[in-house]
Amino acid sequence: MNKILILFAHPAFKRSTINAALRDGIEGEDGITIHDLYGAYPDFFIDVDYEQRLCEAHDIIIFQHPFYWYSTPAILKEWLDLVLEHGWAYGSQGNALAGKYTLQAITAGGDGASYRTGGTNGHTIGELISPYRATASLCGMHWLPPFVVLGVHRGLPGVIVNGHVERYRQAIIALRDGRVNYQEAARHEYLNSNLKAIIREP
Amino acid sequence: MEHFLLQLFIFLIAATIAVPLARTCRLGSVLGYLIAGIVIGPFGLSLIAETEEIMHFTEFGVVMMLFLVGLELKPSLLWQMRTPILGIGGSQVFFSTVLITLIGILFIPWQQALAIGLTLALSSTAIVLQTLREKGLLNTGPGRSIFSVLLFQDLAVIPILAVLPLLAVAGVHGEAHHGAFFDLTALPGYARLLVVLVAIGFIYILGRYISRPLFRRIAATRMREIFVAAALALVIGISLLMIAVGLSPALGAFLAGVVLADSEYRHELESDIEPFKGLLLGIFFISIGASLNFTLIGEQIWLIEGIVLGLVAGKFAVLFLVSVVFKMPKAERWLFGIALCQGGEFAFVLFQFARVNGVLPQPLTETLISAVALSMFIAPLLFLVYERFIGPRISHAALSREHDHIDGHDHSVILAGFGKLGTDLGRFLISAGIKPVILDHNETSVELLRNFGFEVYYGDATRLDLLESAGAAEATLIIICLGEHEPARQLVTLVRKHYPHLKIAVAAEDRRAVYEFMDLGVVTMRRKTFDSALALGQDALQLLGYDRYEAYRLMRLFRKKDEDTLPELYRIFTEDRDSYISMYRQHNHELAELMVKDQQTDMDELDKAWAGGNPHE
Ligand SMILES: Cc1cc2nc3c(=O)[nH]c(=O)nc-3n(C[C@H](O)[C@H](O)[C@H](O)COP(=O)(O)O)c2cc1C
Repeated sequence: MNKILILFAHPAFKRSTINAALRDGIEGEDGITIHDLYGAYPDFFIDVDYEQRLCEAHDIIIFQHPFYWYSTPAILKEWLDLVLEHGWAYGSQGNALAGKYTLQAITAGGDGASYRTGGTNGHTIGELISPYRATASLCGMHWLPPFVVLGVHRGLPGVIVNGHVERYRQAIIALRDGRVNYQEAARHEYLNSNLKAIIREP
Repeated sequence: MEHFLLQLFIFLIAATIAVPLARTCRLGSVLGYLIAGIVIGPFGLSLIAETEEIMHFTEFGVVMMLFLVGLELKPSLLWQMRTPILGIGGSQVFFSTVLITLIGILFIPWQQALAIGLTLALSSTAIVLQTLREKGLLNTGPGRSIFSVLLFQDLAVIPILAVLPLLAVAGVHGEAHHGAFFDLTALPGYARLLVVLVAIGFIYILGRYISRPLFRRIAATRMREIFVAAALALVIGISLLMIAVGLSPALGAFLAGVVLADSEYRHELESDIEPFKGLLLGIFFISIGASLNFTLIGEQIWLIEGIVLGLVAGKFAVLFLVSVVFKMPKAERWLFGIALCQGGEFAFVLFQFARVNGVLPQPLTETLISAVALSMFIAPLLFLVYERFIGPRISHAALSREHDHIDGHDHSVILAGFGKLGTDLGRFLISAGIKPVILDHNETSVELLRNFGFEVYYGDATRLDLLESAGAAEATLIIICLGEHEPARQLVTLVRKHYPHLKIAVAAEDRRAVYEFMDLGVVTMRRKTFDSALALGQDALQLLGYDRYEAYRLMRLFRKKDEDTLPELYRIFTEDRDSYISMYRQHNHELAELMVKDQQTDMDELDKAWAGGNPHE
């Protein structure tokens, strides 16, 4: 069984719909730690030591956040800057993260069509999150495609939201139980492009 | 009575005229006093006659000075200095004695030569320390070495007094009555040692255990003059004790100072004794100037000149050599040599003592005393030469780096008031590696906090002399956390007036207090309870279910806006007090609107903006 760390970053959790729902869906599950960064560090004063211990104690690290300005909310950048220390995460002595798996769980306002070359946003999600991919590679981590929820807005019908919540839950549980076919997953644009194809039934 | 007052008046007037004059000519106060002495002395205006008695009395200034020096030297620091004291001091006294004795043997019997050698090896504690202090050199590397030598010399006086009578060549002329302050009783061997040890032990116990509860009691009366009286009584009492057991009172006072250096009453004692010391020493220097016998000097001009030059040159050579042997940095050797190459005030006493004991003939002592006095007159001039010509070639950095190294307690921050706020602030600064001089006026809390390991000093920070002895002249910053507004305001005024270079940070009682401090030109201040109020407010929002980040942001927003409006409200407060309250309310209202607005962003609109497949729609 893999231990999963969800680094959750939403600056206004009270006003979140989709991220709150996704998070609620997995709350309380065994082997899953949800760590709310804005809640823990409202003043951005990140406890580097604690964060590093947390990472060391888990096998899969997931960054869950809304897509803000084609990137992450600010605290995640601060987290990367401070926690991924030389000699710990990278450098000749830094291999604390090596061999672990990592992915992002992103919700975005723009829809699938907009995140295409030639689409209104001009770039694919994969292109835009390439810094995370490079980071993972530098730290010797296995990068997995992001779990993506696109075209999000407050008016989204309940069934659709529930569908996303359910799929997120499936994916996380499967990752935890080691039922994800990593090679297969790597071939898809998003982790949730076709969940059935990458998850083995228990 | 009248006569005494008149004498005192002449001395004081001479000092008030001569010292500022000497200062403007950048000659240093010691030279000013000496010149004043010559002017009012028998060879000048003949305003005073009997100087010897005055000299004896005012010699007590030296005792006080050593007490003050001791106060600045903690026992641990003194222990660190044991090598320079014994090593450098010991070899200076030894080699100077040998050199002078050898030269003396060419002219006089060896016993006399040795007596003169021992006496002339000593330097002038009064002049040297005063000058070093004035020039801010006492805490530098060479300053410490010089001080070590002086301390050793002070110690050496005791055995010298014991040895001198053994050198008598002629029969003793009359009763061996000698200098009041450097007396030795004629107890035999170990008994004397025992008495001496008991006396020193008593000083230790007095300083360590008896003085503190005593001073606390006295401090509680809040009557300054009683504290001054107690401080004076302490120094005088110790001197009397030392005389009784045959030790140098200067040494005893120094020891008492060292023992009290750790005490919370250090700065208070310092500022109480300081003016007395200054006055006594000043008069002491004047009487040296007045005692210069120009008739004698005129008659034996060549002899005396020769002795003075030989003395200064010989001692300088020895000192320089010692400094080389002890591997003192090159930059410090000149100062070391120049500072200590004169004869000292001990010589007056010792020569007198030697004469009475039949060691030296009367005419010779007179000549020698004149030579010593002249060399003391030259001493400040030599300092001047050093400052003008040698000092500038030596980088000051070389001196001050040593300073950091040796003197760990280089306070540059004064923390006035160590109440609840001050304590937390002090803890913070100390953790950050900044060690402020902490002053507090509450004797009970000073005691308590001392038990917790804080280096707090008892004293009223709104007193100028206390600020001075806490180091305000050299400090960079004063942080004012007094319990009440009025004293804090006084302190700010005082600091702005006397130490304009000193940066000020104030904990203000409330908004009004802030305005008053702004009136006084303070720029850095915090309302005492403002930040804890907001922090608690943030906690409250959280407990009510607000996101932590949101609660934090609201707190910051409020603080920022509140601080932003401060200058505006201050302006209205000072210019148009009638509309102040309405203005204050209006600001609060605007702030409330702003904070709610921050929460009511139209999320639906925002969603639409991003969700629309095309941002340009
Ligand atoms: C500051 C900000 C920046 C945003 N930037 C983007 C963006 O670059 N691309 C995008 O598709 N949506 C963007 N959005 C929309 C958010 O991604 C969307 O509101 C969020 O995923 C909704 O999730 P939530 O309900 O958990 O808040 C942005 C929203 C905000 C408030």
